[in-house]
Amino acid sequence: MAKPVGASRSSLLNDPRTRAWAFQIIAIVAVVALGWYLFQNTQTNLQNRGITSGFGFLDNSAGFGVSQSLIDYSEANSYGRLFFVGLLNTLLVSALGIIIATVLGFIIGVARLSPNWLIRKMASVYIEVFRNIPPLLQIFFWYFAVLRLVPNPRQSLDFMGTLFLNNRGLYVPAPVGAEGLTAMLVALAIAFVASIVVFRWAKAKRHATGERFPVLLTVLGLFIGLPLLAALVFGAPLHWEVPQLQGFNFRGGWVVIPELFALLVALSVYTAAFIAETVRSGIQSVSHGQTEAANSLGLPAGKTLRLVIIPQAMRVIIPPLTSQYLNLTKNSSLAAGIGYPDMVALFAGTVLNQTGQAIETIAITMSVYLTISLTISLLMNVYNKRMALAER
Amino acid sequence: MTTHTFKPDLPPPGKTVGAWAWMRANLFSSPVNTLLTLLAAYLIWLLIPPLLDWAFISATFSGTTRADCAPGGACWVFIKERFGQFMYGFYPTEERWRVNLTLLIAIVGAAPVFFKAMPRRAIYGIGFLIVYPVVAWILLHGGVLGLEQVPTTRWGGLTLTLVIAAAGIAGALPLGIVLALGRRSHMPAVRVLCVTFIEFWRGVPLITVLFMSSVMLPLFLPEGMSFDKLLRALIGVILFQSAYIAEVVRGGLQAIPKGQYEAAGAMGLGYWRVMGLVILPQALKLVIPGIVNTFIALFKDTSLVIIIGLFDLLNSLHQATVDPAWLGMSTEGYVFGALIYFIFCFGMSQYSQRLERKLDTGHRR
Repeated sequence: MAKPVGASRSSLLNDPRTRAWAFQIIAIVAVVALGWYLFQNTQTNLQNRGITSGFGFLDNSAGFGVSQSLIDYSEANSYGRLFFVGLLNTLLVSALGIIIATVLGFIIGVARLSPNWLIRKMASVYIEVFRNIPPLLQIFFWYFAVLRLVPNPRQSLDFMGTLFLNNRGLYVPAPVGAEGLTAMLVALAIAFVASIVVFRWAKAKRHATGERFPVLLTVLGLFIGLPLLAALVFGAPLHWEVPQLQGFNFRGGWVVIPELFALLVALSVYTAAFIAETVRSGIQSVSHGQTEAANSLGLPAGKTLRLVIIPQAMRVIIPPLTSQYLNLTKNSSLAAGIGYPDMVALFAGTVLNQTGQAIETIAITMSVYLTISLTISLLMNVYNKRMALAER
Repeated sequence: MTTHTFKPDLPPPGKTVGAWAWMRANLFSSPVNTLLTLLAAYLIWLLIPPLLDWAFISATFSGTTRADCAPGGACWVFIKERFGQFMYGFYPTEERWRVNLTLLIAIVGAAPVFFKAMPRRAIYGIGFLIVYPVVAWILLHGGVLGLEQVPTTRWGGLTLTLVIAAAGIAGALPLGIVLALGRRSHMPAVRVLCVTFIEFWRGVPLITVLFMSSVMLPLFLPEGMSFDKLLRALIGVILFQSAYIAEVVRGGLQAIPKGQYEAAGAMGLGYWRVMGLVILPQALKLVIPGIVNTFIALFKDTSLVIIIGLFDLLNSLHQATVDPAWLGMSTEGYVFGALIYFIFCFGMSQYSQRLERKLDTGHRR
């Protein structure tokens, strides 16, 4: 007479599955209703203010100049082109910031673990000071306090006749292509292909015989030797155009505008403090047994570090490192505070004020950052899956 | 029978104790280390004496105007003269006691939570979190109980920074916990909604969120309804921060062994009781350091409200430095601001690290 399991439920209301369904339907209906309500309000509000929604405004002429642009841009160009100006400026400051912050962060992270007491303490002080001060304040400090002390172009601070710092920015020599450029590029391409071949061959040999081939030295030799040879045969690939003082300003070379300079210094210094902590904890996460085991196998200190410690530490370091890179990219939006023409300052700032297209400009700006973040997270997930330890 | 008397212990070898030995081990253990030490010492020599000279020795502490300041040193007179503005913004001078009282109530009221001997700490803490915002609003905004009304546009300085940070965390915490539970839910629709919400806010910079809340939020509201600027900024901050809190809490939920869920289920507890009585108390305790770290990030992020024109600490400093009467005081102003932010953030991070060591009950395996 036994009833089948589960048949004794008295009411449909007490069945967890029914309740889960009901709950989910309620949740979705609530979200859709909220969305619809907001949409309706927005429609009414836009109509009342006489704003036409849509992305048609992107074709209109922008009518204002930009202090730094990586592509050709003039006041007559459209808002659509302005979008790319802003995007490229954001990517430029992020890319440069990431490079500087990584180098600085790794040096300080390693210094934090140094056996030298003084170096260790200095690294800690750096980390604690810079990560506990808001990045925007640091940007303001560099821009409004430090760069204000810099003299005008005629009294520029001169670094060995090549770099000049004044209140219009940092002037650096610009590379200009010369006759040997093509030969140099070909040489680099050959070196690149050859390095891949050498790398594969060395790996196969190591797997087959256990012998190590000095890959790094060979690759370095290829990358330095071949271009050098090309330069000797076909002439110098580049010459440097050094900035010259003419009248009241400098001509030639590249100029890093003060906004970019302040933003770069502040973001790199701030993010480097976090990267240093990531690097430190990554290195510390490799247990001491690994070092001892490597020593007992007879590996010298350099090889222990290169073959045992660093590969294992990198596994721990890379995920938080990527999120620091993402943070730096997102923090580059603080540019709006000092008027560096990045994505946010141009689009969510100036364009929004000029056109009144609040929803469109903010949606465009947010989707740029969302795309960057989600792409990187996706790549990170793939990386984590590949790198995950095979747990037994 | 002979009595043996021990000779006194020999002193340890001179090379292993004392300042000299310590220096040999920590500063001059190898040629490379010696070089590094000398380089570092040179760097300190380059940086510290001029800094001390600027900040203290050549600095001016007394006076009332810029003319009183000696050139070549810091002009702390500027900070002294504008201190009230940095702390309270444009809050009326004769009403500033209300800000002080609000802060005092916060400190006195929150103190029992940190004493282990206090019975029913958790219940008291939750009660305080519910009652305090009401008290703080009445005191700061006024308009009732015979208190003069001070509109939020006059709030500013460190007061506003603290208000945004405190309201931000108080709003983001409950929302974040709900989102974290939603993300771990077995119901696919709920999970997808929560994941979308969290990933959206985590993927965009706070500045764009603030822009959104200041220009888009008014469009979303029905006609004739409007929020004041501070509230709009707070909504943006709370939504943004709740996504980060959700991720921290999720970490805690994942660290609780599955046996805890199963045991609670076997006792016949339903979902909300399993979570409320068994899982969350353990998980939240685990993530307190993480929440403190999120709060530090929030505290630093409050400085971004300058972009939408609120007068927080950073904006008060900035406005004071562009005042024609005090031109050229940017360095003093920003150094002072940096010091205040540093004291708060460093203090909280030390507390969080201490908690982390204390709470390490071996759950993570």
